[in-house]
Amino acid sequence: MAQAALAPRDAAPAVFQTVRTPDLHPRPTKVKADTVKVFYGQKQALHGVTIDIPEKAVTAFIGPSGCGKSTFLRCLNRMNDTIDGCRVEGEILLDNRDIYDPSLDVVELRARVGMVFQKPNPFPKSIFENVAYGPRIHGLARSKAELEEIVVASLQKASLFNEVKDRLHEPGTGLSGGQQQRLCIARTIAVSPDVILMDEPCSALDPIATAKVEELIDELRKNFTIVIVTHSMQQAARVSQRTAFFHLGTLVEEGPTDHVFTNPSERRTQDYITGRFG
Amino acid sequence: MVGYSLLLIVILSLVAYYVGRSSAKRFAGGAGSEKIHSLPGYHGAFIAVWVGIPAFVLVLLWASFQGATLDNLVLASLPSGFTEGKSPAELNLALSEIRNLASGRTFGTPAPEIQLAAERLVSWQNIASWAMLVVAATLMILVLVFARTRIAPRFRARNSVEHVLSGLMIFCSVVAILTTVGIIVSLLYESIAFFRLVPITEFLFGLKWEPQIALRPDQIAGAGAFGAVPVFAGTLLISAIALIVAIPIGLFTAIYLVEYADDRVRNVVKPIMEILAGIPTVVFGFFAVLTVAPAIREAGGLLGVVTSPNSALAAGFVMGIMIIPFISSLSDDALRAVPRSMRDGSLAMGATASETMTRVLLPAALPGIMGGILLAASRAIGETMIVVMAAGLIATLTINPMDSVTTVTVQIVSMLIGDTSFDSPKTLAAFALGLVLFIVTLGLNVLALQIVKKYREQYE
Repeated sequence: MAQAALAPRDAAPAVFQTVRTPDLHPRPTKVKADTVKVFYGQKQALHGVTIDIPEKAVTAFIGPSGCGKSTFLRCLNRMNDTIDGCRVEGEILLDNRDIYDPSLDVVELRARVGMVFQKPNPFPKSIFENVAYGPRIHGLARSKAELEEIVVASLQKASLFNEVKDRLHEPGTGLSGGQQQRLCIARTIAVSPDVILMDEPCSALDPIATAKVEELIDELRKNFTIVIVTHSMQQAARVSQRTAFFHLGTLVEEGPTDHVFTNPSERRTQDYITGRFG
Repeated sequence: MVGYSLLLIVILSLVAYYVGRSSAKRFAGGAGSEKIHSLPGYHGAFIAVWVGIPAFVLVLLWASFQGATLDNLVLASLPSGFTEGKSPAELNLALSEIRNLASGRTFGTPAPEIQLAAERLVSWQNIASWAMLVVAATLMILVLVFARTRIAPRFRARNSVEHVLSGLMIFCSVVAILTTVGIIVSLLYESIAFFRLVPITEFLFGLKWEPQIALRPDQIAGAGAFGAVPVFAGTLLISAIALIVAIPIGLFTAIYLVEYADDRVRNVVKPIMEILAGIPTVVFGFFAVLTVAPAIREAGGLLGVVTSPNSALAAGFVMGIMIIPFISSLSDDALRAVPRSMRDGSLAMGATASETMTRVLLPAALPGIMGGILLAASRAIGETMIVVMAAGLIATLTINPMDSVTTVTVQIVSMLIGDTSFDSPKTLAAFALGLVLFIVTLGLNVLALQIVKKYREQYE
């Protein structure tokens, strides 16, 4: 069994090496993480993750459940702060600025680093109000017309506008699952973030809705830096430019997506993507 | 004798259980025997319920009809010379004299006919009780023998017991429903009697409430006025004060507990709120009369406001304290029922905790919170003890919280204690007030439950 060849869960190596393969034409780095460790109470969930996330590209995090990929994602907009007993060590730089610096305003950070969740979570408000939520709380629109402009533009960017333009004032919870997820993406891009984090955005959707969201992600990468956590290897292969493979709280391998999928340098990566474990 | 009968039923049911179980065990034990359908215990239970329940019903029916039947027999047995020319009321009087005599309470020297009748009644009672015991025992033994013959390996005792149990549960729930219906009917009956004496329009729209009318011709009392508006206005004033106190405190407590408090604080605050909910209302009443009312009076004195010793403010304030736990715990539930993903979604948009609360969590939980507030309001309107102790007795039509007002519940209490007779408008008015109060709180409860139900559907 391939599983037996791997280190037991509790005995993650104290020192390990991430196998890195650079891009042929390297992009500028947007987010730079250095030896990030996360603890839930006494339990260590991440054992020092170092990764550079390139600008205006899709980076996919793959790995078996409980490997720490979602935990790492939630470090990037400090959503881990909302969990009791969670502690983050190491350094994460967004545009060379430490996001865990005490003088940094977490509210501003989250406006710059948006997040789309696993289950579509539109607020129980109208479609319009869902998208207008961010611009309203951050005071991005000076007038009602400007607000409407932002909402329409965001819905268009999320390729949802044509489907909902006649019912902008109906509840967002009345949409189908895929539409709800695109609404959440529209809500996120309404505040024009730099980075969009997506935590398994398609795991609650059917294949057709998934295809639409993937298409959208490909479109969005022109303007946004996207980090996506996914359980679907095919999805990672389809939408991402770079892929990072996590296992047992460590980053095993990261590199250009086609390299990781066709010619992985690490044995564990190969075992995982060929479905031998995980 | 009823007591002995019940004891006998318990004993015979137990015997039946063991008989049934042991005879079923005999099937189970035999080698190569047919597979037994139910466990022996079920066979025992099957016989026990059929022995116990019919006998129990019989004893109850017997006990409830025995008195009336014997009364009729005794009346019929009285010599015709004695009963002739007597009105039903006088016959009734004679009957209660006989009954008193039979149970050993003698007042003066009874007439010889009465004496004889009482002796007859005693002996008949004796016979009837023994007959009940014997009939019940015979019934049980017959059932026991018959049910014993039904027991066979393939007999589905388990399913039969299930049927009996579900019947028992239906019966229990019907008891609660019938009690409610009975209460409503009695309220209605007395209220209709009241509305025959006082027109319903005067009761509902009259502005003057002076129910202290004379019960006997020689009493000195008011002429009587039964306009319920001031009474309901007083109830509304006190309830409104209570809600004004309780809604902000309860709601903010809930918000604090849900969104801001850490586990340690929550573990202390929540049990204390539950203690507050468990304090008897009479203790709140003490608090209102001895602490809050004097404090308000003194404060009013310092500010130069004329304050009544039992001001609406004191009663309302304390009632508000009483209903805080209702509002806080129901709002807490409603806020907690909002999925965590809503909160995360808002925080991930860069909203602060208070923005998340006011813009996402509160609107989403609002129906649940409204339901909680309405339940608390109906509780405040029906609350009795605090206002009996702390509110006034005179119905003044005012909205000044420093003034003394009275409430529906206070009036009901004051009309039903002391010198009463059940056909005067003063007493019957209590039922009319109770009926209207019941309708109001029922309406509020129905509304609250509807709102809460609608809200539940939103996330499931």
